[in-house]
Amino acid sequence: MNRPVVVVVVLFAVLSVTALLSLGVGAVTISPGRILQILTDREGSKVASTELTIIWEVRLPRLLLACFVGAGLGTAGAGYQGLFRNPLADPFVIGASSGAALGATLAIINGWQGTFLGLACIPAASLVGALAAVAIVYSIASVGRQIPMVSLLLAGVALSSLLSAIVSLLMFLHEEKLMTIFGWLMGSLSGRGWATLWSTAPLILVGGSFLWMHSRALDALTFGEESAASLGLGIGRLRSTIVLSASLVTAASVAGGGIIGFIGLIAPHMARSLVGARHALVIPASGILGGLLLLLADDIARTVVAPSELPVGVVTALMGSPFFLYLLKTQQRELGVGL
Amino acid sequence: MSAVRAQDLTCGYDQRKVLESLSLSANSGEVLVLLGPNGAGKTTLLRALARFLRPMAGMVLLEDQDLWTFSADEAAQRVALMPQSERRDWPLTVEESVRLGRAPHRGWYAPFNVEDRRIVESALASTGLLELRERPITELSGGEWRRMIFARALAQQANVLLLDEPTAGLDLKFQHEVLRLVRDLAKNRKLTVVVTLHDLNHATLYGSRLAVVAEHTIVAVGAAQEVMTVDLIQRVFGVHVTIVAHPIYGTPMVVPLLEMEPARAEEVHP
Repeated sequence: MNRPVVVVVVLFAVLSVTALLSLGVGAVTISPGRILQILTDREGSKVASTELTIIWEVRLPRLLLACFVGAGLGTAGAGYQGLFRNPLADPFVIGASSGAALGATLAIINGWQGTFLGLACIPAASLVGALAAVAIVYSIASVGRQIPMVSLLLAGVALSSLLSAIVSLLMFLHEEKLMTIFGWLMGSLSGRGWATLWSTAPLILVGGSFLWMHSRALDALTFGEESAASLGLGIGRLRSTIVLSASLVTAASVAGGGIIGFIGLIAPHMARSLVGARHALVIPASGILGGLLLLLADDIARTVVAPSELPVGVVTALMGSPFFLYLLKTQQRELGVGL
Repeated sequence: MSAVRAQDLTCGYDQRKVLESLSLSANSGEVLVLLGPNGAGKTTLLRALARFLRPMAGMVLLEDQDLWTFSADEAAQRVALMPQSERRDWPLTVEESVRLGRAPHRGWYAPFNVEDRRIVESALASTGLLELRERPITELSGGEWRRMIFARALAQQANVLLLDEPTAGLDLKFQHEVLRLVRDLAKNRKLTVVVTLHDLNHATLYGSRLAVVAEHTIVAVGAAQEVMTVDLIQRVFGVHVTIVAHPIYGTPMVVPLLEMEPARAEEVHP
């Protein structure tokens, strides 16, 4: 195996160990040995039932969700950065976050009830909102069968501003729901159970796999349209596929954890500095790193002010921004930001 | 049979016609050099031959078949375009970039195999890039980067190579190295090369035939001796020149004159 592949394997091992240790962290501390015992002995013949419940019903689904949501944000970020050949792109670059925010806000102020695709109302509304926003941006930007990338970015920025303004207006008009909306906008994995995981993880897996399948095409696209076309690449179809898959992954991630910033920007950069620029490695590495980062951020979010919790999006931004700036300063070359 | 042929080709961008009713054919084993002033449509012609630009009228024939009846992959297995410039802001390594030249053959999903590795190896060797294989393309010099694009076109193993100013930005050594490589490839592997050049003397030295693009069409085509006339160069490029024989090969050499009255230039003309 060559070095980058080893790096990916090592990253996955680190993620697994971190996940195991994270299960023990929280209001009740549980040792790693005990966790293994609980995980392998589900019937609970030898362990106290409270610990069994804490691990199986609270921490495990939340931890898995953190991994999947983080992985989704990481892979979607890698996909968009490759598509736009721009290291500043993130999963929210064409409006997914503001669409999700508006969807969730509408669900909160209208007090919608019920479930959709196994999701509670607010996550479901954010999923639909994210996909709808991207669909609008895409249809505005497309000219015939072409999708000029600059139009896509500009339409994304403009629609995001509009939707964010509507969210702010709604928050202003519904002061009583302000904290609920605000809490959701900052992102949180608190209180999510198995149901959320089962509805979002498959979408993230499917979309992420699709992105990964198109790695070689994304590599070719980095040469620019003319050269990629001369290699036989159908550029229009590739673009739609990437936008669709990345948006599906983003929407599912947002439904799982709210709007969590910085993971989708930072994970692909870290991935490229570790495994090089090939998307076949960058996409899985971004996924693993995204999962790892969100897992660590969530550990911090639920422990530093225990028994209360911080919004995990605040933690990712607080820890992520300085770390990103550090990377930028020390590794400009490896980050490939010589644009 | 011509390898690639433009037949009454009209093409351009949006409604603007750059080329009108242009006909030209390139045969296998020859280096056909396209000459002409900036903006004459040389690049547009190459794009049309590369299936990047759809003709407004007329057609491009590849192996006597309409180019647009081939799928994108099928066309890319037969025609490789080396554009004048391309994006180079993504730090793929030289080898990773050259390997992408195998995509038209291997497809976009299947892993590359031993044959691909062998072909990439030989493409890197013929362009002198073996030692730079691990270098990110963002860190290459202009000349090294051109050689990378050239190696990728070789890995593509197309029978028709379309090269848009392959010598731009290269020092004298690599200019001639690239042109020699082009000429040898055409001869030994029976490739068809259509190449745009600005240096008329490179054209006469390395080209099998020359075609001059101006006024939206081909104004002259043929062997260097037939095409390179003082009148034509004066008319197309607006530069006073005289033409002498190459001291060793006897091929025409175009020598620019400083504001000299045409009469004296004629006297020197062989």
